[in-house]
Amino acid sequence: MQQQQQTIPEQQHVSWAVTLNVSWAGIKRRFFRSLITMSGVVLAIAFLTYMQVMNKIVQALVEARDPVLDAILQAAGVEIHEESSNDSIVLLIILSLLACFVGIVNSMLMSVTERIKEIGTLKCLGALDGFIVRSYFIESSVQGVAGTCLGCILGLIVSIVVAFSSYKGHVATHFPWGGIFNALLVSLLIGTLLSVSAAILPAYMAAKKQPVDAMRVEE
Amino acid sequence: MTTEQKEDIIVKARGVTKVYTMGAEKIHALRGIDLDVRRGEYLSILGPSGSGKSTFFNMVGGLDRPTEGNVEVDGCCLRELNQKQLAWVRCHKMGYIFQSFNLIMTMTALENVALPRIFAGESPSEARDAAADILKTVGLGHRLTHLPSQVSGGQQQRIAIARALVNKPSIVLADEPTGNLDLHTGEEIINLLGELKSKLGITIITATHDMKMLSASDTVVWIKDGRADRVARKGEFEIAIGTIDGKTLA
Ligand SMILES: Nc1ncnc2c1ncn2[C@@H]1O[C@H](COP(=O)(O)OP(=O)(O)O)[C@@H](O)[C@H]1O
Ligand SMILES: [Mg+2]
Repeated sequence: MQQQQQTIPEQQHVSWAVTLNVSWAGIKRRFFRSLITMSGVVLAIAFLTYMQVMNKIVQALVEARDPVLDAILQAAGVEIHEESSNDSIVLLIILSLLACFVGIVNSMLMSVTERIKEIGTLKCLGALDGFIVRSYFIESSVQGVAGTCLGCILGLIVSIVVAFSSYKGHVATHFPWGGIFNALLVSLLIGTLLSVSAAILPAYMAAKKQPVDAMRVEE
Repeated sequence: MTTEQKEDIIVKARGVTKVYTMGAEKIHALRGIDLDVRRGEYLSILGPSGSGKSTFFNMVGGLDRPTEGNVEVDGCCLRELNQKQLAWVRCHKMGYIFQSFNLIMTMTALENVALPRIFAGESPSEARDAAADILKTVGLGHRLTHLPSQVSGGQQQRIAIARALVNKPSIVLADEPTGNLDLHTGEEIINLLGELKSKLGITIITATHDMKMLSASDTVVWIKDGRADRVARKGEFEIAIGTIDGKTLA
């Protein structure tokens, strides 16, 4: 007689909070390596922030309508009376962001290849595809946000230093607080979106790896 | 009830075949294996490298599907399970031990061992309590917060054993668990597995190409060219090995 087939339950998903708790060890202990991975994001976001902040500062100086300032600005080559064409700068920013996007995708894909065995092992221990996707997603988001913040700070510092050396104390008198705050917000948003979306493809590829891959001995 | 159920067979493999296709080439890794594993026994699969031991393991462990044939574990046919059910089986019913330990290198001993319980739905703090207990059982109570890179190979394999046992599986699968260890450490690991088997009442299936690693076995199966060549129960294989190897076991 055929033995009755037991009904095996389906493995349940682990919550986001627990996934974060589990992933945190890796994020923490890989931090310096991640910084290198994220150097592309840091530089691209620093560039974006620099361009925006400089633009806001110069705009504030132009709007001051101060004859002394106008002279300095003209000497620096700023068009005071016309809307200056910054198409080429926009293109440059887009290109740098694109390069940064491709850079993150590439480094995440490399980390998936490096960690096939780890992913296979996790699946042997009962991890579902969803756990692998979520933990990669969390890891790259944390890295992306950290890299973006660093980039913002770097860009802000450089632009303020450059602005002060060109326009001296005038910058302080006409400092565009609101504009710079907005610029930072834009950079933060773009950097985070960029790094999170760049992580989606590698995360799904990671989840597709089969547990047999853990068995294979490579050394 | 049939006599088969009374004998309490935990793993039943029938006609298990695996063919790997590499381009035009077909590799017959398993050519039809029939094997019964009794609950609570320590079964060793012995065979030279490339004989299909790991391939067979993957089938029994629900890590890969056979080309033909069936594997039943604890009365449940692995072929009929979907991905999430297979994950449940791997998590709750199986414990895996690997030749290269396969610990997560960025996690401490405690974090590694807690993983299966977290995947089973336990909270991380409860899981870590259970992990600490089992690490004490394998003699690593003083290494809880060490990273794998900070302990010896033998200790890494002990962490892996603790991780395999933490969910109280019915079967532990160990593929060449001593392959990366020296003889002395390897014997310690085999003895530990033997002790844990008796203490916890688990079934252990292990693969090895080293006859010195058979001491804890209740049953030995010889695999040759993807076929189960011979099966020997305890008491029989010492003699069998003696005739093959030209010397008896210590
Ligand atoms: N993923 C794979 N693809 C192709 N061939 C494989 C694969 N895995 C194993 N094989 C082949 O199957 C045979 C049995 O391999 P394996 O089960 O690893 O043997 P063992 O573990 O006994 O050394 C070998 O000839 C090996 O080359
Ligand atoms: Mg093998």
